[in-house]
Amino acid sequence: MSEVANPPPAVTAPAGAGHASAAHPPTNTGMSHNKVAMWLFLGSECLLFGALISVYMFAKSRLPAGEIGPLDVFDIPFTSVSSFVLLMSSLTMVLALSAITRGEERGFRVWIVATALLGGTFIAGQVYEFTVFYNLGLGYTTNIFGSAFYTLTGFHGAHVTIGIVMLMSALVANLRGRLGPRNAETVELIGLYWHFVDIVWILIFTIIYLFPQ
Amino acid sequence: MTTTSEPPLQLTAGVQLVRPSSSLGVLARPKGDTGWKSWLFTVDHKRIGIMYGAAALVFLVIGGIEALLIRLQLAVPGGNVLSEDAYNQVFTMHGVTMVFLVIMPMAAAFANYLLPLQIGARDVAFPRLNAFSLWAFLAGGIFLNTSWFLGGAPDGGWFGYAPNSGLVYSPSNGMDFYALGLQIAGIASLVSAINLITTVLNMRAPGMTLFRMPVLTWMLLVVQFLLLFAIPVITVALFLLTFDRLFGANFFNVAAGADPLLWQHLFWIFGHPEVYILILPAFGIMSEVIPVFSRKPIFGYPFMVFSGIAIGFMGWGVWAHHMFTSGMGPVSVAAFSLSTMFIAVPTGVKILNWLATMWGGRLRMTTAMMYSVGAVAMFTIGGLSGVTHAIAPADTQQTDTYYIVAHFHYVIFGGSLMGMLSGIYFWWPKMFGHKLDEKLGKIGFWVLLIGFNLTFGPMHILGLQGMSRRIHSYAADSGFNLWNMFATVGSFVVALGVMLFFWNIGVSRRRARGAPPVGPDPWDARGLEWMTASPTPAHNFDRDITVTRPDEFWHRKWRIGPDGEVKRIARAADVAHDGSATDVHLPSPSYWPVVVALGLPLVAYGLIYNLWITGLGALLILGGLYGWVFEPPDDPEAHDHHDDHDADGSDDSGNGASGGGASSNGDGAPADGDGARELAGVGAGLAASTAKATGAQP
Repeated sequence: MSEVANPPPAVTAPAGAGHASAAHPPTNTGMSHNKVAMWLFLGSECLLFGALISVYMFAKSRLPAGEIGPLDVFDIPFTSVSSFVLLMSSLTMVLALSAITRGEERGFRVWIVATALLGGTFIAGQVYEFTVFYNLGLGYTTNIFGSAFYTLTGFHGAHVTIGIVMLMSALVANLRGRLGPRNAETVELIGLYWHFVDIVWILIFTIIYLFPQ
Repeated sequence: MTTTSEPPLQLTAGVQLVRPSSSLGVLARPKGDTGWKSWLFTVDHKRIGIMYGAAALVFLVIGGIEALLIRLQLAVPGGNVLSEDAYNQVFTMHGVTMVFLVIMPMAAAFANYLLPLQIGARDVAFPRLNAFSLWAFLAGGIFLNTSWFLGGAPDGGWFGYAPNSGLVYSPSNGMDFYALGLQIAGIASLVSAINLITTVLNMRAPGMTLFRMPVLTWMLLVVQFLLLFAIPVITVALFLLTFDRLFGANFFNVAAGADPLLWQHLFWIFGHPEVYILILPAFGIMSEVIPVFSRKPIFGYPFMVFSGIAIGFMGWGVWAHHMFTSGMGPVSVAAFSLSTMFIAVPTGVKILNWLATMWGGRLRMTTAMMYSVGAVAMFTIGGLSGVTHAIAPADTQQTDTYYIVAHFHYVIFGGSLMGMLSGIYFWWPKMFGHKLDEKLGKIGFWVLLIGFNLTFGPMHILGLQGMSRRIHSYAADSGFNLWNMFATVGSFVVALGVMLFFWNIGVSRRRARGAPPVGPDPWDARGLEWMTASPTPAHNFDRDITVTRPDEFWHRKWRIGPDGEVKRIARAADVAHDGSATDVHLPSPSYWPVVVALGLPLVAYGLIYNLWITGLGALLILGGLYGWVFEPPDDPEAHDHHDDHDADGSDDSGNGASGGGASSNGDGAPADGDGARELAGVGAGLAASTAKATGAQP
């Protein structure tokens, strides 16, 4: 009942005493604050994309007959390739994390650049796709399918873009000596975000492109 | 993010001395512990909580004035106080203000101030994000209210049903302000939810297991989860509305095939959890106040917690009871009718447990207790009329009548707001070191209670007589005259009650000058928040508290003998910390949360008026985020270098606010030697949490 285990804090503790005490876990969950927060944020993102995908399917189902729709514009082979590119970026992301965890900073830089490039390729493919669709006659305001399609894939593209900026920032930080093996968790968190965005794309590709009816 | 390597700050009792510094950031760190700057740039969860509360009270006055205008307009048939257009704006802004700018921030005030204290933590997990939440909320609230001066406020109801809220039926900029303002407030709520959940999951004092947490902490945790999952849904809905209105999208364009029910579904999937976001904090407060003034532990603690969790889960399965008359089909109506009746069960459990807590207790009818009991009673009335809505055929008659208005004011005003007033009276001495005047408080309570029932009781009758909601005026021969006059008189009695409350604050404050301090525990209370000095010192607790059971603080003061008699074993002043610790690690103030929050309304104004302003706002946000990330959570130059806070292995143990982040990376480097490490962590968390701008990894 009393606080025998808690002596009053020393105003000056002995110098050189061990810093991170093993006597107690740093947090109740054992996970850092940042990681808990990232998982919570991704949980929230699930509902954001869940709502967007639902809106898309709802909108598509109500497209008036005769208007330009999914079957008129989708180019499945092209999008399959760009989807493959994005999926491969998850592999390079894992390799980047693995490299920095093992202290191989050069390997880390190579894989982080590769990840960003693959992500950039995906975005470039999206820009190309949007351009083609627009030239086929599907603008943002053309019909309900256009609004929903561009909004959903646009939100996803914005997420990939933010991920690329995070990757490039990590690279710059590493080059400036401010992000090393000790900060592997930071890379892990960026990776969590990156994989999440990939998984969302798997859903979007399956639901939107592979079932265009 | 934040509190990883904390440089110790020299503290005198209750005063935070921040050292001047000029390193690392683009700008120097904010300094000082007094004056407006120390509030503007603070990251202290208690100051942030107080500012949340103050802002909520200001918006309460604004929303209250709007309510009085509505009642003046409806006092007599054919009223002409407001034009039809102005009337639409006033009732819309009344609802938006009360829901998003009064009750939610008031709950955030309690969450910020009390949640870390109740779990024995030093601060929240991310103090700077916490400051950002406050300023973003305030930015959103002020942005919304500037619409009054910029061509008209939102006029499509607080629910903003599209396509009625689209350009065709609402051509002014009002609904743009609605969509963008709520978006900003939503960012604030989402960031705050992530922050507070992390705090509860990670930063509880040693021994503070989840099922030793106070009921208030539990209810706030449930609310944060509701926010976490409900906010993204309204975010999508508001984006769609914005895109429709500003960029010509077709989501709600019925001519292009859109379904007008889309908005209703999205809004109420958010909107019904929102109802529990509004009421559960008050439930938590009542569950703290009633045991203290009944001198009994809460009856059925696990039932209280689990019913709160059950409400949180079931709250997701009842949204379409707002849409029984929308023609969505008999199966949906039957299913949602059933689920709505079921959700009354955990709510009923709570009401029974409060009554059972009071049963046989030695009641002390303080103002706080009276507000809590009043809230239980008023909420029960509102809950009963709510159950009548669950019965779809009855609801068909009640939809869009004043019966509904009566119902939700009984639960939100009678339940939430009265519960929160109870909390204000209860925790005022903890926040400001003096009690509010009890006599004035009790008079204020009765005035408010009578005025409230006078206002909203007659609305049940008006609704059953068929008076529609949101009508601007009614004919003299409709038979609505008498009860409308009653309601208008009642609303001014409510206004008097609110004024008495504000007067009480002023009177009590003046009286407290020179009076003896109130002591750490003026009510003989139970939670850890009372185990430190009043007002709470900047560092909360002098040392870690090891928790062995629920109501730890009470058990340190009292012992229950073998035959059940309760004996005092210690005085509160002896058990509680006196706030004299001088070597406690606290996060340093920061400019960046304010800067980033300031960018948000600029982006929003720009979307309405000129995209250049949006660019400016985006630059401000981007620059602010990079500044934020490059700034260590703590000021390295404030470090004493002789201190090692983990030296004795017990100080701050289990307290993530001080030791957690640094240790979690698994190294024992001196805290100030590797600022970059947690900087990078900050970047990841921040970019994730805002999702609007880019996060930098230095």
